[in-house]
Amino acid sequence: MTGIMTEKTALSVRDMIVTFDEYVALDHVSVDVATGESFGIVGESGSGKSTLLRAVAGLNRFDSGALAVDGRSYSSGRRDKEFYRTVQMVFQDPYGSLHPRQTVDRLLLEPLVIHGFDDIDVRIARALDEVGLGAGFRFRYSHQLSGGQRQRIAIARALILEPKILLLDEPTSALDASIQAEILNLLEQARKDRNLTFVMVSHDLGVISHMCERVAVMKSGKIVETVPVEALEKREFSADYTRQLLVASEGFRRG
Amino acid sequence: MTAPLLTVDDLRVTFPTRTGEIQAVRGVSFTLGKERLGIVGESGSGKSQTGRAIMGLTPGHARITASKLEFDGIDLLKVTPKQRRDLRGKRIGMILQDPKYSLNPVMTIGKQIIETLLAHEKISRSEARDRALKMLEQVQIRDPERVFGLYPNEVSGGMGQRVMIAMMLICGPELLIADEPTSALDVTVQLDVLSILDKLVAERGMGLVFISHDLRLVSSFCDRVIVMYAGRIVEELPSADLAQAKHPYTQGLLNCLPTIGTDRHPLPVLERKVEWSA
Ligand SMILES: Nc1ncnc2c1ncn2[C@@H]1O[C@H](COP(=O)(O)OP(=O)(O)OP(=O)(O)O)[C@@H](O)[C@H]1O
Ligand SMILES: Nc1ncnc2c1ncn2[C@@H]1O[C@H](COP(=O)(O)OP(=O)(O)OP(=O)(O)O)[C@@H](O)[C@H]1O
Ligand SMILES: [Mg+2]
Ligand SMILES: [Mg+2]
Repeated sequence: MTGIMTEKTALSVRDMIVTFDEYVALDHVSVDVATGESFGIVGESGSGKSTLLRAVAGLNRFDSGALAVDGRSYSSGRRDKEFYRTVQMVFQDPYGSLHPRQTVDRLLLEPLVIHGFDDIDVRIARALDEVGLGAGFRFRYSHQLSGGQRQRIAIARALILEPKILLLDEPTSALDASIQAEILNLLEQARKDRNLTFVMVSHDLGVISHMCERVAVMKSGKIVETVPVEALEKREFSADYTRQLLVASEGFRRG
Repeated sequence: MTAPLLTVDDLRVTFPTRTGEIQAVRGVSFTLGKERLGIVGESGSGKSQTGRAIMGLTPGHARITASKLEFDGIDLLKVTPKQRRDLRGKRIGMILQDPKYSLNPVMTIGKQIIETLLAHEKISRSEARDRALKMLEQVQIRDPERVFGLYPNEVSGGMGQRVMIAMMLICGPELLIADEPTSALDVTVQLDVLSILDKLVAERGMGLVFISHDLRLVSSFCDRVIVMYAGRIVEELPSADLAQAKHPYTQGLLNCLPTIGTDRHPLPVLERKVEWSA
């Protein structure tokens, strides 16, 4: 525990390398995220954003580099139960992460039981309510849900364990603007109430600038720059890609 | 006026469940010509189920009714399974919302695209391979040769989405239903994909149903927009007039987007009225 008190770093990644066969998906990536900070990651498709989150969560191995989470060091291998009590992840692809033949109730119940929570019933009801899905959804199978409903179950499942660190991979990209606003408010409130740390991948610069304090820009497996989000507004950044993202975020132009 | 490519009149999709019926689509009507029609709407409002019904991909136990569901003079509610298979992919294509889930997990991406192509056209394997690689390049896949040999679980979210797009476009359908085709793509690639779709509509006269929750994108890309709420169409308007939307749901949507440089914590949220889902 002492490590956590002196270290105000929630997450520290040093020189991480991940390869798949010959392909280098993460190339000497280093990131430090302070406790209570909300850290954004943007970057082109295939640049390694999900790979980075997955490596932190123990779902990809990493070839070399160091990883410390909440004051504890982790190797490339599997994570223990305690890790998942501290860190939860919302996956980019809710179809893959939720078992289709399980009911919503079962999906939310399981993590609570594994980690020995009490008041299970109340927690499930509240979690559903928080993501705008009423009691009517509790006994539906996940294959009976729309894309956005599934995504919200994935978010509820991550929040229900009250982790300290949330890894969010495109958490709202499947949601319409009204539900997105509700989910972003919910995440912000949870962060305020419990001093949570967020690492959030999104391709929506509006969402990043609303939710995060700093943002890293990735390209070809590398972090090419890290800037405070105010830099987006003032257009003070150096990477060309960041500039393209900003222009493109204004909409489609024919011709 | 010529007959529209697609006519949907009073479409209803109902799921019987143990706890009662779920009415996913409750009387949706629209027609589509060689144009870009956007469908936006709340999560769970029936957008995907509308697309799936047209495509014949509604789960078997669901009930579909319509006073008309017609594609180029063909009654889609009465087609035989064989006719369905011939339509699907060749004349009507759909990019599903869950791209990686819809791809075959045990076949490499390259093989899947080639098989799709060979099922519809009489060409040699090597020609199919060249066309498949070229299509991947067009959707801005950086390293098509590498991606060709990967399995669906080995590509990123945005790459999976583009593979699905490539697979649908390679057959040149007359009607394309694209369900959130660009939601996993960063904006720069998004615009490239939209340009491809745009060209197909303009040059080949394809009809496009573009389902998306991204209002900015829909308003700048589509000709017309349908707004859905709780299984129904609550508003239909030209994209250019989206800012003048009448329905409080549509108006509310425009107001709750986070933008760069504004500081609104918490974001405004909609106050949903029961009468919206009446
Ligand atoms: N299991 C794997 N086997 C082979 N290559 C992989 C594997 N997992 C990821 N990759 C490759 O690593 C690269 C980075 O993928 P990653 O999913 O991290 O991208 P991303 O930045 O999250 O992109 P997106 O925005 O499209 O989700 C991609 O080129 C992908 O093909
Ligand atoms: N197999 C099923 N059984 C029961 N209900 C279902 C089934 N599939 C979908 N539904 C319900 O039908 C409604 C419409 O679903 P649909 O997938 O069309 O929504 P959507 O508008 O595409 O939403 P999203 O933007 O979240 O993808 C939802 O409320 C959903 O829960
Ligand atoms: Mg990703
Ligand atoms: Mg949908």
